[in-house]
Amino acid sequence: MFTAWAAASNPMAHIGKADRQRQLEQEEAGQHLFANRVRVYPKSVKGPVRRFKWAVLIFCLTLYYALPWLRWSRGVTQPNQAVLLDISHERFYFFNLEFWPQDIYYLTGLLIMASVGLFLVTSLAGRVWCGYTCPQTVWTDLFMWIEAKIEGDRNERMKRDAAPISLDTVWRKIAKHSAWLFIAFWTGGAWIMYYVDAPTVTVEFWTGTASVEVYFFTGLFTATTYLLAGWAREQVCTYMCPWPRFQAAMLDEQSLTVTYQGWRGEPRTRGKRIAGAGGDCIDCGACVTVCPTGIDIRDGIQLECINCGLCIDACNHVMERTGRPGWLITWDTLADQAAKADGTHASFRFFRARTIIYLSALVVAAGVMVAALLLRSGIGLSVQHDRAPLFVRLANGDLRNGYTIKIVNKAQTLAIFQLSTLGLPHAILTEIDENLGPADQLGLPVKADSVGTFHVFVSGQPAMLHDGSSPIDFALRDMLTEELTVYHSVFMGPHTGIQN
Amino acid sequence: MPTKIEKDSVTGQMTTGHEWDGIKELNRPLPKWWVYIFYATIAFSVVWFVLYPSWPGLHGYFHGMLGYSQRTAVDKDVAAILKQRAGYMDRVAKLSFDDIRKDPQLQAIALTAGRIAFANNCQPCHGAGGGGNPGFPALAAGNWLWGGKLDDIQQSITFGIRSGLEDARQSAMPKFGADGSLKPAEIEQVADYVMALFGHNTADTAPGQKLFAENCAVCHGEKGEGKREIGAPRLAGRAHLNGDIRESVVAQITNPRLGVMPNWNSRLDSATIKSLALYVHSLGGGE
Repeated sequence: MFTAWAAASNPMAHIGKADRQRQLEQEEAGQHLFANRVRVYPKSVKGPVRRFKWAVLIFCLTLYYALPWLRWSRGVTQPNQAVLLDISHERFYFFNLEFWPQDIYYLTGLLIMASVGLFLVTSLAGRVWCGYTCPQTVWTDLFMWIEAKIEGDRNERMKRDAAPISLDTVWRKIAKHSAWLFIAFWTGGAWIMYYVDAPTVTVEFWTGTASVEVYFFTGLFTATTYLLAGWAREQVCTYMCPWPRFQAAMLDEQSLTVTYQGWRGEPRTRGKRIAGAGGDCIDCGACVTVCPTGIDIRDGIQLECINCGLCIDACNHVMERTGRPGWLITWDTLADQAAKADGTHASFRFFRARTIIYLSALVVAAGVMVAALLLRSGIGLSVQHDRAPLFVRLANGDLRNGYTIKIVNKAQTLAIFQLSTLGLPHAILTEIDENLGPADQLGLPVKADSVGTFHVFVSGQPAMLHDGSSPIDFALRDMLTEELTVYHSVFMGPHTGIQN
Repeated sequence: MPTKIEKDSVTGQMTTGHEWDGIKELNRPLPKWWVYIFYATIAFSVVWFVLYPSWPGLHGYFHGMLGYSQRTAVDKDVAAILKQRAGYMDRVAKLSFDDIRKDPQLQAIALTAGRIAFANNCQPCHGAGGGGNPGFPALAAGNWLWGGKLDDIQQSITFGIRSGLEDARQSAMPKFGADGSLKPAEIEQVADYVMALFGHNTADTAPGQKLFAENCAVCHGEKGEGKREIGAPRLAGRAHLNGDIRESVVAQITNPRLGVMPNWNSRLDSATIKSLALYVHSLGGGE
């Protein structure tokens, strides 16, 4: 769409400064397959988009750093941290919810929702994830802000880096890297607090009594934060991250993206404007200088663009100063741009096949998750039929099957569960390790906050079987709460007509 | 095939010279740090090559400067595990069955050791989980030939059944048919009676019952209840060592199969045998 109008105009006229520079470098590089990294010196900018980006940044960082310190009372025996991924005890605490390794499918559901949600947002509004909420963007933005505070804005930094090293430059660089390292360390430390109790690990960390893992992972995430947000920056997005490579599959001509309105801007006019001639773009390059990935938005949608929209703020300033209407760079769809180039208008379509599919997948996943959470039982029961032997024949002619029964007791007290069977008349239950039975029901004790494993033998009469097996249900009742759980299983015997 | 490197007319960029069916690849150079990382991995591999086993030869291989080998690493791990386990297994060997069962942790360890030893040594004949096979007793069902108490099981495993050892469990059933002490017609009559003991409806059992009382009851008991002191199987009931069809009953009377189990004290230490006894006892038939 974009190339349609671009090709129609003079191919050289709309080529921006960045383009020209890239072309020059390329010709110079000749046929080299590797090039020097072109350093990006993004200029600071003010405006509504920037303010929104700050707001998201503050929200995300506050959430990240503060969440581990949020307390949530769970009694004496359990940690009172609101969000805690307690790997050593195999528990995940999230406010009033407690997840055991058996509940891992909630994580699957969450990941499905996250990815489909990302697809939906991308198909609606482009790579807003990349531009606003991706940790790489958030920390890079924070690091750039510090850089600008200490070393000055774009022009000053470029001048400083080009000039011979001075004392002023040296102390500013040291101050910048120290600040970066401090934030990186804080970030790495906060990461650890999601896995171990925050106040405890803070004390342990500074008294030297924390585990080796704590120091190692704090160091690791300090290093990655410092390197990725301080040094690698846009290189991560352009060369490391897979998402820009396939996000194009979620975008179509109805997706809102940061767009240079070429039909309005072209042909670009420099210097004094002659009324009625030329487009609104004065080719000042403001949009290029503020870009954190160092691209020219006027080249259209491109892999490097993270859709942050800082160029919108930059251009609006210029438009205001030169007395032209704002939003030459704006959020728009390719379809609307094509229509506007023809003097019409195409309204934004929220509901498209793509968004409907993403939305329904999201609703289904969320519905299943919520239903599963609401319906989940406090008792976890799993019954596994012994595979070998499938059954044994007793001297009195009865058949006996063995089952491994696991009972999850999430309560903080010892619980007695009453186990009985349904579907196989005259079934007799025995548990050998606990010396229970034979009886038609057993009382199985499970310690607080743990999984009880029992090997239960069930004896039944061959006459009750059809074609060598019979369905059997294990009913488990919590003697305290009266909560009942049923697990479907099978009782096996020899096939009819085969005597063993 | 690399062709001519040229400037692409649409984008103004250079091509790499790669061309497929007329589609040319534009040269978008990667930043150099990618290549430096690649060089760093090569340097890393050289260091690795020198430190660790890396190069095969005709008579061995280059061992590397650290002298690392996976074999010694495994040996070290195994030794550490054995050392860790020694304390527990010593206790299993020393303590009585009752004392072991009083200590849930020790019992769990012994049962695990028993389960593994069972899979390695006993399973081929007795079946996984002690389900049994025709001619090889089911251990999970409680139809014991020689007794199902822990001490009985330990005795059977240690010295074996008809293993040739002096302390082995020993007994033999006469070859009633092969040595001519019962005529074929009489064997059929005994079989009628045994099938009745098995719970099947057969013809007139009176002649068979008489022959049974004269020839078989001394070991198998008047009512076919069996005798564990001599390993004589219980015949009254529905679970049988050699199957409960008439042909196998006739065959057993005519020329009996006498099972043999090796004495495991020649292969397994006493702690392992005790663990096995505990495991076998836990399969569902223990007394």
